[in-house]
Amino acid sequence: MSLQEKYKQLIDAATTSGMNVREQDNVLYINGEATNGATKDNLWNIYGQIDPDFRASDVVMDVNVNDTMAGSKVKVNTDKTNLNIRKGPGTDQPIVGKAAKDEMVTLISKTNDQWWLVRTDAGEEGYAYAEYLES
Amino acid sequence: MKLTRILASLILALTLFFVSCGPKDNDIKASVENLIQKENNMTGITATVNDGVVTLSGECENEADKAKCTELAQSVKGVKSVTNNCTVMAMPVQVSPDDALRQGVMDATKDHPGVSATVNGGVVTLTGNISRNKLPMLMQSINGLQPKQVLNQLTIK
Repeated sequence: MSLQEKYKQLIDAATTSGMNVREQDNVLYINGEATNGATKDNLWNIYGQIDPDFRASDVVMDVNVNDTMAGSKVKVNTDKTNLNIRKGPGTDQPIVGKAAKDEMVTLISKTNDQWWLVRTDAGEEGYAYAEYLES
Repeated sequence: MKLTRILASLILALTLFFVSCGPKDNDIKASVENLIQKENNMTGITATVNDGVVTLSGECENEADKAKCTELAQSVKGVKSVTNNCTVMAMPVQVSPDDALRQGVMDATKDHPGVSATVNGGVVTLTGNISRNKLPMLMQSINGLQPKQVLNQLTIK
């Protein structure tokens, strides 16, 4: 079965959501900016239904949610623990502060898709892993 | 002598015939191609015209460019219809360099202590253990690094 057939539902949903879909060397690449988190969740849910273990190694899907702007407040959504705030964008960077789970912090800028510069209400400023921040 | 004269008049007639109906299509062809070439990144699009019916071929960078070619061709005087056979170029997929991927997977796996990741030629290989409820988050983080491929060899618990 071709990738186009196997992932038809995902491709259709991704295209409808304005994502770029390309096939290269037997890998399906889906990327783009989603207007909200629900769109991203929906695409990952569909992907998870087709390949529950994400095991087939034939999809690379990078969906960014573009609903947070600099200056807005974002929520820390770690499992339980505090979120480290670091001096630079990387886990090898020293920790300069912490934000508690569910704490609201101010987004200063998006350095890249992985690391956002934030400031806590206590005035600690540094880089946090974007995966743990939500609008 | 007679034959030469007949041939000469035949050639003249044929020339007149082509001159009378040829230029119109040729003019359309030139207008369509010029108009399309004026647009950014839209070189290499050719038009064949047959009695006002335009067929476009070539490569467009994206669907929007392709649609614009059709629009431009339709706007040329004398064009009856446009068939757009242009293909849309497949842009090469952007893959992060291995160094960036290594830094990225280190960050992404930090909170997944049972997971190891190696990077080689853009391919990220995940080994170790992970619980099923944490798998989607890890996969989203890794996929967001622009790898070429993700080989998931994790044992899912």
